[in-house]
Amino acid sequence: MAAAANHSATGIRIDLKIISEMVEDGSRVLDVGCGDGELLAFLQARRHADGRGMELSMSGVQRAVARGLAVIQGDADTDLADYPDGAFDYVILSKTLQATHNPRAVVEQMLRIGRHAIVSFPNFAHWRTRLDLLLHGRMPVNDLLPYSWYETPNIHFCTIRDFTDLCRDLGVRVKDSLALDAAGEVQRFTADSRWANLLAVDAVFLLEK
Amino acid sequence: MKRTNATLSGEDLRRRLNAVEASVRLYDAEPLALDSGARFGPVDVAYQTYGRLNAAKSNAVVVCHALTGDHYAALPHPVTGKSGWWSSLIGPGRVIDTDRYFVVCSNVLGGCMGTTGPKSADPATGEPYMLGFPVITVADMVRVQVKLLDHLGIAQAFAAIGGSMGGMQVLEWASRYPERVFCALPVATCARYSAQNIAFDEVGRQAIMADPEWCGGRYLLEGRNPHKGLAVARMAAHITYLSETALTRKFGRKLQDREKIGYGFDADFEVESYLRHQGSTFVERFDANSYLYITRAMDYFDMPGEHDGHLSHAFRHTPVHFCVVSFSSDWLFPTRDSQAIVRALNAAAASVSFVEVQSDKGHDAFLLDEPEFHDTVAGFLAGMAERRGLSFATEED
Repeated sequence: MAAAANHSATGIRIDLKIISEMVEDGSRVLDVGCGDGELLAFLQARRHADGRGMELSMSGVQRAVARGLAVIQGDADTDLADYPDGAFDYVILSKTLQATHNPRAVVEQMLRIGRHAIVSFPNFAHWRTRLDLLLHGRMPVNDLLPYSWYETPNIHFCTIRDFTDLCRDLGVRVKDSLALDAAGEVQRFTADSRWANLLAVDAVFLLEK
Repeated sequence: MKRTNATLSGEDLRRRLNAVEASVRLYDAEPLALDSGARFGPVDVAYQTYGRLNAAKSNAVVVCHALTGDHYAALPHPVTGKSGWWSSLIGPGRVIDTDRYFVVCSNVLGGCMGTTGPKSADPATGEPYMLGFPVITVADMVRVQVKLLDHLGIAQAFAAIGGSMGGMQVLEWASRYPERVFCALPVATCARYSAQNIAFDEVGRQAIMADPEWCGGRYLLEGRNPHKGLAVARMAAHITYLSETALTRKFGRKLQDREKIGYGFDADFEVESYLRHQGSTFVERFDANSYLYITRAMDYFDMPGEHDGHLSHAFRHTPVHFCVVSFSSDWLFPTRDSQAIVRALNAAAASVSFVEVQSDKGHDAFLLDEPEFHDTVAGFLAGMAERRGLSFATEED
């Protein structure tokens, strides 16, 4: 939903590769908003994961199903409630949080049905976004944030600091957090790092209840 | 996912499908133990196969038919002459590719197209069973299908697929015989038949039984036929297979062969004429008592009820891979019925895919040319075939 579709040497989006490295081998994984199943297929092949997916768009579901993946058509905002407690080792939400109606409830659901949650999102506090808004006084539209305000599916943008605050409010432990800069370089940062909030294009959080 | 749309007919179709029409007598020595507690046999099963069983016997696809369907899934119907009910799905190069899979479709227990049902002769008396036929369930139908697979020497079917009552059979396959089927596609169906559906069935049955020609179920012996009652049953049921949108688009308030309304009870409207036609053609190919028995089997269908109210218990530790499909305008088996199945499968940690196909054609959509439905099934089967390790040596025509 956001840009920065950098790809790693393995051909998979870098943020997806980072996520896959957080997943222990042989885990049960639910990928919420799995698109055509790129990450799930990668996790099954490389991490021997027992993967499940949820995706809103029918075309995404069909492409994922055609890859032999177990993907259901569903909405993160409403359908996570259908899963039993502790059904998964990891519940993943990659670059989808900002498009949900109730991000807080979604994160809570993720940690109800999974032992861990992995959340990646575009960081709205990136310096270019800040500068854009400061200089032009308009909602930023650029290669990182390609939609105009009136048509964006991204209705709940947040910054790294915002998300860190949410985790604290929910009593959720941040087990790991990584920042990606514009060059696709990965930096490990601490939750209160001002530097990451300024330089990170994307952030990936590994959470635990 | 290349598919051919060429329509073959007659002998060409039969040859290209490698169609085999057969019948086998089962439960001759050991009777079938029915859910009702009754023991019943023998059972003749009329079935058709398309394609070729591979050496490993691992490419069989069991196709389960709906209430008024039969085993003429891809071949033209002998009475109506119409194309097989799933001929858009089954065939060479089609979604269920007969160049790859060995398709098995049998007429259900209680049916009237060759499998033992109420109009079949009881070997003990030589007379038709009529209402002496035992009350059966969807699970009983599946027991017979599993026995047919034994007869064909197939230990595990690659897939079971069916819509409506066919989907109920698919759920029973997966629940009761998880080792006999690798993947399951329940389409436009439910795990628990609703009060509304039972109500519609009851209307149909009452229409049949109110017809004096029904003769307390003994019409075959009396040389009569409750075709009026059966036609009304079909007309009422047919409405439930459509949607208001589809009816409005197809007929609206258009008049039948007239300029203005006739101030009488002729079929003024096209929709009336259409329903009358549906009713009158149906009675030519269907037995009224079969209609009673098979609708009753559906009424009794309640998988959660058989598992202390927990549908997920019907699929505990299931190794079967599921692909559940619903249609957005289906109000007979609405999407929420499919979602209940998906929810239970998730609770049972089963491997499940689910798609709600957007269609305004109502329940009937599963029989129609719905590209999104076809793409979903084709994709799922291809993915599952890979997982199952099925290889198709002769893929090219």
